[in-house]
Amino acid sequence: MAVARRNPLLTLGKYAAILFYLSFALFPLYWLLKISITPDQLIYTEGTALWPTDATLENFGKVIWQTDFLRFFWNSLIVSLAAAAITTVIAAGAGYAFSRFRFPGQKLVIALMLLTQMFPLLMIIAPIYKIVAMLGLLNSLSSLILVYTAFNIPFATFLMQSFFDGIPKDLEDAAMMDGCTRFQALRKVILPLTLPGLGATLGFIFTAAWSEVLFALMLIRSEDSMTFPVGMLTFVSKFSVDWGQMMAAGVLALIPSCLFFIFIQRYLVQGLTSGAVKG
Amino acid sequence: MTQVSTAPGATRAHQRFVWSHVIEPYLYLTPALVLIALVMLIPLVVGVSYSFQSIMLLKPGQAEWVALDNYVALWSDTKFWISLENTLVWTFGSLFFQFTLGLGLALLLNTQFPLKRLFQAIVFLPWAVPTFLTALTWAWLFNPVIGPLPHWLAAIGVLPEPFNILGDPDLAIWGPIAANIWFGVPFFAITLLAALQSIPSELYEAAEIDGASAWQSFTKITLPFLAPMIAITVMLRTIWIANFADLIFIMTGGGPANSTQILSTYIFTTAFKKLDFGYASTLAVALLFLLFVYAVVLLALRRRFVRL
Repeated sequence: MAVARRNPLLTLGKYAAILFYLSFALFPLYWLLKISITPDQLIYTEGTALWPTDATLENFGKVIWQTDFLRFFWNSLIVSLAAAAITTVIAAGAGYAFSRFRFPGQKLVIALMLLTQMFPLLMIIAPIYKIVAMLGLLNSLSSLILVYTAFNIPFATFLMQSFFDGIPKDLEDAAMMDGCTRFQALRKVILPLTLPGLGATLGFIFTAAWSEVLFALMLIRSEDSMTFPVGMLTFVSKFSVDWGQMMAAGVLALIPSCLFFIFIQRYLVQGLTSGAVKG
Repeated sequence: MTQVSTAPGATRAHQRFVWSHVIEPYLYLTPALVLIALVMLIPLVVGVSYSFQSIMLLKPGQAEWVALDNYVALWSDTKFWISLENTLVWTFGSLFFQFTLGLGLALLLNTQFPLKRLFQAIVFLPWAVPTFLTALTWAWLFNPVIGPLPHWLAAIGVLPEPFNILGDPDLAIWGPIAANIWFGVPFFAITLLAALQSIPSELYEAAEIDGASAWQSFTKITLPFLAPMIAITVMLRTIWIANFADLIFIMTGGGPANSTQILSTYIFTTAFKKLDFGYASTLAVALLFLLFVYAVVLLALRRRFVRL
């Protein structure tokens, strides 16, 4: 607003607000990093100081080489990547159908998808546990992949639909005139244009799967197949005073999310407003 | 829309019509629909049926139908009523601050200043932090041994001495609420920013020519334009926050003495720790019912007050 430029008090207020939001967003993460590089012997004397007088990477070394975190990390990576990839492929199909066809039952299908975003997911935690147990898939990563894929399909579908809606229909009409089938037109003409959209969807679902914890706690009880959140919570309840190591593990868990975040943050507005219901 | 002529000569055309208007779209949709049905909708129905059964995995033996017994137990369960009260504090406490701070951030991002893109990326970052890590980080920040918050709160006189508020039944709920505010501000900022950017700038220019103050253009142009978006976002977010159990479960586990137990954490602990699936499902149905009533009331209010 032009007013802000003229009134020095408003300008000052604006920069104060900028500073406030910056420190509010960064402070907890800064603290996580700070404790993770504080040497063990200094924790109790300098735990609450703003700077540590000494820094070390020892905690990271211990976490990586002496604990199971590397395996937890690996498990989480497999689950999140697989869920993200499968969800994106399936949701691309569904989003394409919503974007390009008017078909009988469309309203019902959309209503069903919205319904899945409204009810408490915890409602199905008991039935899912029973079904997964019946199939003998408790403690397996594939059960988590399946569950996360299904949970994220509705949101990913609406997101993909918004990307397809942005591509002119004339393009595939022209390709189909030239003798392509619709699927060929989709694969050769439309999908290459949606690549950023596919990437964004992949990123959103990866982030969601990476941080899911309640279903992972319920379905995974053996250390071998724990995902990162579950492994970390188990670690916290077992070694509750190894502050440095826990926070080093936390910093490691942050890395993949941050990488994906840098990639998808351009699409945040589109993603969060088209899904509208997903946090 | 399926009113088509089936005159003899038109069968081929009819077949093509059916193919491209009925079969083809469903080919693209089927994988999504099958997965959603198998993993979400069928378990949803099964879950509702559990609420009329007694299913405790710790007490082996056949599940049996107990009609409304679980609901009768629910009515006289004091923990349920405590959780309900805490759910309200948790949801509206989080929502109020997320919304106010989110609106402030959106307004800020709608202006120009140096390094804005970098600023935007940084303030949106909390949204990308995994929730379990948000929960652990904030729990640590409230710990007087390694966290600064108790000392700061004591220094400004909010606390008599630096102690962990997560262990105090009167204050504990504000710990997870603080974490939730941190995590949720970006969401509100993003959705409100999208709405702000859709307001035609001519309106502000005209208002300025007519001599309107900044405050007047805010209340007369910005707020009325944002109102529909605010209504829908707040409603969806309320439901989402009420269902959101991760932060509380990790930070306090519902304690001390159930002072932070909300309905969704109560559902989860009943299912996860007690393995009492029947009662957990009853609680979940109750939560679903309450959210449904809330949504219906809010939609009715919206129809009456927000005209657009």
